[in-house]
Amino acid sequence: MLDLRLYMLQRLTALIMAPLVIGHIAVMIYAVQGGLTVDEILARTQGSVAWFLFYGSFVVAVSIHGAIGLRVISFEWFGLKGRALQLFSWVVFALLFGLGAKAVYAVTFAGGGL
Amino acid sequence: MADRMQTMTVSIWREDGDDGRFEKYEVPARENQTVLDVVAYVQQHIDHTLSYRFACRVGMCGSCAMMVNGSPRWTCRTHVSKVVADDRLEVAPLRNLPVIKDLATDMDPFFEKWVAAEAVFHPSKTRHDPMAAITPDDPMRIAASEAIECINCAVCYAACDVVESNPDYFGPAALNRSWSLVNDIRDDGQDVRLAAVGSNGGCHNCHSQQGCVQYCPNELNPTLSIAGLKRETTKALFRRSR
Repeated sequence: MLDLRLYMLQRLTALIMAPLVIGHIAVMIYAVQGGLTVDEILARTQGSVAWFLFYGSFVVAVSIHGAIGLRVISFEWFGLKGRALQLFSWVVFALLFGLGAKAVYAVTFAGGGL
Repeated sequence: MADRMQTMTVSIWREDGDDGRFEKYEVPARENQTVLDVVAYVQQHIDHTLSYRFACRVGMCGSCAMMVNGSPRWTCRTHVSKVVADDRLEVAPLRNLPVIKDLATDMDPFFEKWVAAEAVFHPSKTRHDPMAAITPDDPMRIAASEAIECINCAVCYAACDVVESNPDYFGPAALNRSWSLVNDIRDDGQDVRLAAVGSNGGCHNCHSQQGCVQYCPNELNPTLSIAGLKRETTKALFRRSR
């Protein structure tokens, strides 16, 4: 089920996520406390390579980490195996990555917001 | 008039190629008796067809493990008075293993996984070579010593929830043995062993719930051994990529 490769991928993505989660929460608290409007936030993030890298790597790490975690749960609790398990894992990855990438694109690239 | 003997009721799992069910037996309630004594009494005095497995009766051979009131126990060293709950004593075959008959389980899957986990010694020397000098305070010797008192009873295997949900998982006993060999400087099979314990059924499936630690009759810590394997396989990965 979990071999060394998947185990390491999940641990490494956890290592990446740990500081990013703290950064994300800190940013949210700052934005709310400071009373920043959506326009003010987007003015800071759009076109910013730093914010793209911050949330881009976050989305990649979450997609991999979450897909492996749900893969284990679906195998151990619901008996998914073989190709069905592979397919499920990739669909979860694609879903998380797709939703995350859309958000990152909107916040750091798209002009004028969504 | 002779004193009436105190009795107790024991429920024992009976299965012979069918679905199986618990059957109740009245046995003497002695002050000092083990669960194995009770099972033996039923087989010798009530129903000769009851099948179960035992050998040494002193906690060395690892043959007599069964589920007692839902928990895996070495029955020869488990006193009834310590485990009886609300006057209830229920004896069943070990969890996570196929039943051959009644209380006797098929241990083949358990031991096949020892081989799959490379929990076997790979000699590096011949009888003509001098013996390896290993001092008692050597850190690897100490790590090996902590893992070598396993009696292969499969109590940990029955206690493990990961084994229950993942039939491929090697289980605590096999991985614990692999870990003792990882710490054996005489062994020449470390690469193949680390590849085996890092494979699909290997150490990375362990959730560290420590059921094995809670129930091991010899108070070993297979979870710690498995953590050691996770560490060594990770180190080997970085060694390989360099």
